[in-house]
Amino acid sequence: MQLTLEFGGGLELLCDSEKIHKVNVDLPHGADELTMKHLLSWVRTNVIKERPEMFIKGDTVRPGVLVLVNDCDWELSGQLETTIEDKDVIVFISTLHGG
Amino acid sequence: MEASEEGKSKKKAGASRLCCLCNQRRPVLKRPKTLQQICKECFYEVFEEEIHQVIVKNHLFKSGERVAIGASGGKDSTVLAYVLSELNRRHSYGLDLFLLSIDEGITGYRDDSLETVKRNELQYGLPLKILSYEDLYGWTMDDIVKMIGLKNNCTFCGVFRRQALDRGGALLKVDKLVTGHNADDIAETVLLNILRGDIARLSRCTSITTGEDGPIPRCKPFKYTYEKEIVMYAYFKKLDYFSTECIYSPNAYRGFAREFIKDLERLRPRAILDIIESGEDFRIATSTKMPEQGTCERCGYISSQKWCKACVLLDGLNRGLPKMGIGRARGGVNGDNKDTRKPASAAKSIESKKCGSLDF
Repeated sequence: MQLTLEFGGGLELLCDSEKIHKVNVDLPHGADELTMKHLLSWVRTNVIKERPEMFIKGDTVRPGVLVLVNDCDWELSGQLETTIEDKDVIVFISTLHGG
Repeated sequence: MEASEEGKSKKKAGASRLCCLCNQRRPVLKRPKTLQQICKECFYEVFEEEIHQVIVKNHLFKSGERVAIGASGGKDSTVLAYVLSELNRRHSYGLDLFLLSIDEGITGYRDDSLETVKRNELQYGLPLKILSYEDLYGWTMDDIVKMIGLKNNCTFCGVFRRQALDRGGALLKVDKLVTGHNADDIAETVLLNILRGDIARLSRCTSITTGEDGPIPRCKPFKYTYEKEIVMYAYFKKLDYFSTECIYSPNAYRGFAREFIKDLERLRPRAILDIIESGEDFRIATSTKMPEQGTCERCGYISSQKWCKACVLLDGLNRGLPKMGIGRARGGVNGDNKDTRKPASAAKSIESKKCGSLDF
């Protein structure tokens, strides 16, 4: 499915300084839906070019990284269990920098 | 129901739940403070109203005051400038607001963030003053790091910046300084002071206003505001801010406290406010010896030692003794390393570097 990924708060530096990425993600084998859990590991493999520990810790995002799915806090839609649909916009914002 | 139908209706059910406050709109955020699910408009309202209440309840300002906002171009100071000027208008605080920015001379970090502050000056219509370490102390952070290496950078930078803000405030003839320190920052500071056994700082660090007996008091309206909410506010309102980590910060001890706080927040978001409350409620045993506050012999700035920290650090830099002022005092002027150089050459190198044009 076609997705738009946005990186902010300094995370863009991990992806060749590109803030916006339009990507095509396939469903994992045997699954009929795409969850954030799978998308995160896909992003780590295919989009993050350096220092993955700034983005991911374990199988979720590093604490301090906010995730929005279609402009909505992923805490509202089940975090890693959030299902992603075609044309969704997912935004990752890091809060871990000076203010 | 089939599995996929159930999945879809589950997602739709989550999405169709309404904002806790207005019961009308779709929620976009789960507040860490209260775990409430709220919509964009209600979020703006509670965010701004809570800060207004903090300002009023803590008597942070008086009408007619000249107030400088410590602005770095980062998320906290940008949102602070935006919200404060908005609340100033809305509730008629009667404040004369300015932006005050400090250029530490960190290439690739500060020069970029200053561009953001210059844009903020235009966007919010607030006059801007920029002061540099170069002008004030004769040293940029890049020069300092070249001399001292990559350890203890934040000690120098933080000490110099605190003074720089005071000097800038004095130049602008302001009555008060405000900074964008948020709840996460203060919780980290409480932890840091506990980890270091710094009782003096621990007793001061949760005060919302500090330095009332000094040249320029400063306050932190975001003391109870979560970093997550500041970032979300800036995101939804599309506020322009600069967001790269200082190149020297990966070596800072605060990073460990921050990592821990973030992990705690994930498990129990209220932990951040609770740590601040613990910090506020700390009482120091009467038998503990506390440093007394006086003034620096060299520049008159507030200090609990003979010389203020900035003068000690600057002296060390100018004499090529980068370790001076780092670590605990052991005796002498303010303790620390013996100087084997002849006094004459030391005096010459101090004169060759300016050390601040203002006396307090």
